[in-house]
Amino acid sequence: MSRLAMAIDSERIRKDFPILSRTIRGKPLVYLDNAATTQKPNQVLESLRTYYQRHNANIHRGVHTLSTESTQMVDAARDKVAKFINAPKSETVIFTRNATEAINLVAYAWGRKFLTPRDEILLTEVEHHSNLVPWQILAQEKGARLRFVPVEADGSVSVETARRTITPKTKLFAFTAASNATGALSPVRELVDLAHENGALALIDGAQWVPHFKTDVQAWNADFLAFSSHKMLGPTGIGVLWGRESVLEEMNPFLGGGDMIQEVWLERSTYNVLPYKFEAGTPNIADVVAFGAAIDYLSALDFAELRRHELELTRRTIEILRNEGEITLYGPEDLEKRGGIVSFNVADIHAHDVGQIFDAEGVAVRVGHHCCQPLMRKFRVAGTARASFYVYNTLEEVEAFGRALKKVKEFFKVKSHA
Amino acid sequence: MPEGDAELADLYRDVLIDYYRSPSHKGKLETPDFHSHGVNPLCGDEVELTMTKDGEKIGQVRYAGHGCVISQASTVMMAEALEGAEFGRAKVLIENFRDMLLRNAPISGLPEELEEAKALEGVRKFPVRIKCALLAWNTMKLGLDQGPRKAETAEYKESER
Repeated sequence: MSRLAMAIDSERIRKDFPILSRTIRGKPLVYLDNAATTQKPNQVLESLRTYYQRHNANIHRGVHTLSTESTQMVDAARDKVAKFINAPKSETVIFTRNATEAINLVAYAWGRKFLTPRDEILLTEVEHHSNLVPWQILAQEKGARLRFVPVEADGSVSVETARRTITPKTKLFAFTAASNATGALSPVRELVDLAHENGALALIDGAQWVPHFKTDVQAWNADFLAFSSHKMLGPTGIGVLWGRESVLEEMNPFLGGGDMIQEVWLERSTYNVLPYKFEAGTPNIADVVAFGAAIDYLSALDFAELRRHELELTRRTIEILRNEGEITLYGPEDLEKRGGIVSFNVADIHAHDVGQIFDAEGVAVRVGHHCCQPLMRKFRVAGTARASFYVYNTLEEVEAFGRALKKVKEFFKVKSHA
Repeated sequence: MPEGDAELADLYRDVLIDYYRSPSHKGKLETPDFHSHGVNPLCGDEVELTMTKDGEKIGQVRYAGHGCVISQASTVMMAEALEGAEFGRAKVLIENFRDMLLRNAPISGLPEELEEAKALEGVRKFPVRIKCALLAWNTMKLGLDQGPRKAETAEYKESER
């Protein structure tokens, strides 16, 4: 079997994920909705249980043993995340609720302090609503202007087009490293350089990148990176904002409260150092710890092999779709320019109907606008169906996807014109 | 038949797919007495209803927009059920249909005008799809409640939950 050629041993890996042995409507679960959220291995579930069973206490300012242990566990998780993205310092890793909150943090704590009505924020047309709406709110409040890099026909972002859109007024260029709607990968380093050449900061939405590709914020020379734990085997409720230390230092705090202060008087306060300045209140301790376990799991994988694995699944999926006919595919033709995401429509069948048939076959795909309504308008569709892969998916599952696809066409009597 | 296939066949009865592909009632009336527009932001489905008044009765009903099999078939079934109905009766039929989907009302109790629409009962087993089936009916209800006013379009929006 061709699977043997892969260094990612999905069959062994699958044993770590109890949910993958579930059946759905009488059929084995084929989970292809990893761009929305991934499943969690026993190691992550076990770390949650162990944390609550043995260590649970509030962090900081505790002298008792449990508090000290909990504090150390959060610190250790922060160190793991920092290493995973090659952050120069652990203090530049800030825990948030999710990637969305990380981006909102920048809009709030950086944008409200530094943006003026003369300034512009540059985005792209492919952005997830989480990297669009916070900037709309900020721009409205500040009277600043939003500009958008037009998307290429294949859903990708090009440096040349971005170069024509950026202006000397651009104060921040916020863009996705990998599109959740089409899988298109962005030329991250080139876009960061372009931002810097124009005196702007660069914020990278890494929600679809960090789980799948080696990430090095220093090699990117980025200023901000946002991503979520739950898309990389970790629990929901934890996200990360990484920021360049000098930029984080000059920003306002985010939320006010405990932990983010140094000294408090009735009328004023001084703020804590990084990262605590941005982490008010009791954090989501248990999930941070479990996120650390997810990072451990991922760190044991060879990411070059993970990429090869996902590319193989993507290649076969696209082949099946092409052979089937009556399919519209979105995203770059060149597989090297896309991640493990395949977005498509079947003839004139609504994506929700497609998704329903897939579900009856036990195959979980996402359908709809993928939180990218402007991009869907550009493609002139209400939505698409989307399969997205991760480390535990197999070529057999892609074949199950193919059977479900055939069923969609039979069920809705789609005629082949080929 | 495997469990999933049986439920699926119950959801997408053949008659629904026929209705989905049928051109019946498609379009937009030039001079409608009632005009309402509904969207389901969750899935982007959209329906625009135009309708004429024939004395105390509903005259013609036309729909434009786009949506899934469930929403499109339900829209055509609604148009068929309501054309020619007295306004008071139309409101009762809309409530009967809503009761079937939202309150699990037994289909044996549904009036004969909703005979075809009974084919949508399978939607009850798929709670996330109930909104698809209700979009046109809720949009129609809003249009009727607003009354005949040519200048304004009644705007209906499904909530996210």
